[in-house]
Amino acid sequence: MSAVTVLYALLFYAATAILVVGVARKIFIFARTPQPLKIPTTPAPTTRAGVWWRMTREVTVFESLFKSNKWIWLFGWVFHMCLFAELAWHLRYFTQPVPVVITWLHWFTVFTALGFVAGLAGLWARRFLVDRVRYISNPSDHLMLALLMAIGLSGLGMKYLMRTDIVAVKAFFLGLMRFDWQPLPADPALLVHLTLVATLMIVFPVSKLLHAPGVFFSPTRNQVDNPREKRWTAGWSAESKSGQAG
Amino acid sequence: MAAKFETPTLKEYLEIPHTRPGAMAESKAYVAKPEHNTPLGFPGELAEGWEQKAVARLGEIVKSNRAVQVFLDSCVKCGACTDKCHYYLGTEDPKNMPVARQDLLRSVYRRYYTLPGKLFPKLVGARDMTKDVLDEWYNYFHQCSQCRRCSVFCPYGIDTAEISMAAREIMDSVGQGQKYTNEIMVKVHKIGNNLGLPGPALEDTLLGLEEDVKDETGVDVKYPLDVKGADVLVVTPSADFFAEPHVDGLIGYGKVFHAAGISWTLSTHASEAGNFGMFVGSSANLQKIAMRIREAALDLGVKRIVVGECGHAWRVAYSFWNTLIGPFDFLDPRYPVPQHICEFTYDLIQRGALKFDKSANDDKRVTFHDSCNVARASRMGDMPGGQFIIPRAVVQASCNHFFDMAPETIHEATFCCGGGGGLLTDELMEVRVKGAMPRMQALQQVVEEHGVTHIAAICAICKAQFTKVLPYYQFPMDMIQSVHGLVSKAIRLGPVNE
Ligand code: SF4
Ligand code: SF4
Repeated sequence: MSAVTVLYALLFYAATAILVVGVARKIFIFARTPQPLKIPTTPAPTTRAGVWWRMTREVTVFESLFKSNKWIWLFGWVFHMCLFAELAWHLRYFTQPVPVVITWLHWFTVFTALGFVAGLAGLWARRFLVDRVRYISNPSDHLMLALLMAIGLSGLGMKYLMRTDIVAVKAFFLGLMRFDWQPLPADPALLVHLTLVATLMIVFPVSKLLHAPGVFFSPTRNQVDNPREKRWTAGWSAESKSGQAG
Repeated sequence: MAAKFETPTLKEYLEIPHTRPGAMAESKAYVAKPEHNTPLGFPGELAEGWEQKAVARLGEIVKSNRAVQVFLDSCVKCGACTDKCHYYLGTEDPKNMPVARQDLLRSVYRRYYTLPGKLFPKLVGARDMTKDVLDEWYNYFHQCSQCRRCSVFCPYGIDTAEISMAAREIMDSVGQGQKYTNEIMVKVHKIGNNLGLPGPALEDTLLGLEEDVKDETGVDVKYPLDVKGADVLVVTPSADFFAEPHVDGLIGYGKVFHAAGISWTLSTHASEAGNFGMFVGSSANLQKIAMRIREAALDLGVKRIVVGECGHAWRVAYSFWNTLIGPFDFLDPRYPVPQHICEFTYDLIQRGALKFDKSANDDKRVTFHDSCNVARASRMGDMPGGQFIIPRAVVQASCNHFFDMAPETIHEATFCCGGGGGLLTDELMEVRVKGAMPRMQALQQVVEEHGVTHIAAICAICKAQFTKVLPYYQFPMDMIQSVHGLVSKAIRLGPVNE
């Protein structure tokens, strides 16, 4: 067993643990924190089903962003959809046999890797070109884009320039999952790609990537507009003696 | 009074300005004095060790308010909200971009409550809680009218209004409150309304109105106060007792009740619908101010509660009352509690219980200003968006010439009047005038295209703000009308089928 294999095996165990525990902790915190008042941004759905539909639109077609700014929407939506497609496509490294649905993505992934990089490039360009966005960008915002961009480019590099032994890579990851370690090919592009992905997993729970779970907990989007019909209380508004004045 | 400043010029289209850092750094609301703070349960003034107290308070808020927790964690700095705030558009100060305003608070949250902020503050824009930071909070969280326009356009619904309420709550908790809002809250607790009008003054005013209406119409329309056993308690902003164009609205309510033959009353104890507790994020004051309405309703033995024309009051009433002072099981369940005066009038119109002579308003060509808190924080009627349809239907029932402003400036995308959220004070005139620019620009367009002469609104703050800022943009100050002022002009009193 090479040092590289051991190192990356440990790295991915650690990164996975940090990602899962960190995000679970944050979701727990979001869920536990009460929302004392009704604050949906109206017009809002008046039923639970309506809220599900609103949320579905938000997370699939980015409805509010579309209303807001067509450029950010275009770059952001393309980037995210390509990201999801790529994530699904990468599942073939973790499944044996590979589910048929995933294999269908094959013809599609020609575009998704490029779309991923192009979408990021558009978002990043705005951070330089639009003075308002430049003003609100912190170094960490640039670093995050750099990280994602490098993941995309190293992935593209392996796809088109320095092919790697993907059968061995698959064996490595299946081995990790079965606690039966298999050797990892020590190709530079692959190691760079994997290091960056692990880094992303590690910073996820303490970064703005928390918008992913956050959007589902956003009270302005997930509350039903029915305060008159149904009395709402939570947190301090549940503890205070409201109805007892009479 | 504010220093001299230049009123923005209205262009043909709304332009997104380039950032001008520091443009509004000098804007300062007067700081509350101890006598405005201590009666509200806040420390009198900033004292030794306030930094730790402020940071601790921030931690408590984050723990007890999911919106603040999620919003502080989730912003990706996409920039979608940066051109959505009327204060940014009007002042060009980048700290008036919603995300930048949030960052004033977020930077401190990151420093004390997140790992990267503790380890690498520079990298993630985290800052220590210092006097400079506090001063910046004080400036820019008093340049936010809590209008929620940013929240409509943020992909995660991040509502800067919630952040600015939290920031003001923290500032109050260390004795750095704002004079205007706190002074008013002291008045409402002590006297019963924001303007500090005592019971006898109200009675006088209402008697005066009865005489005026009698002179104008020959009909005995009543403006009852503290009448036990009335069917409906009307709670309205105290400005309605006081000045044009507000008072025309109150006259209108009375005529609608008269025409419908429904008994109603105002209350001295609850002579204010407004609730500035919301503006400063103070749950205790919010609830205490709201509680007067429940007390008055029980005391007078009414069956229904109707709320007059006031934007943030309608938000508090519609969205928060049931939570804060409900349940309303002692009221008639056949009617929504509370009911907006526009819903009330609209309902009567639908049932054919009111008759109008629209030509009474033929001297006017009218547009309608959607007030933020009605548009984006509440509803009317039983379907989403009823808050846009119902007031317009009431306006259109009262006049022949109605024209909407550009679609991207009304309904959920409406532009704030520029004076909401506790900014309606003279020393903030510059930010108020500049913040009104986008609304004025849209108004200018319908003035030019359709010869609009009047703009109707259902919010006391909007009306007061428009009265002040319209002249800065070369519009007459009496262009602003109460919706029920239009109703008042057009409604025919006496039996409907005459
Ligand atoms: S739109 Fe929302 S996520 Fe984007 S910068 Fe503004 S607050 Fe942050
Ligand atoms: S709530 Fe309104 S005033 Fe405040 S930042 Fe958002 S858009 Fe601006």
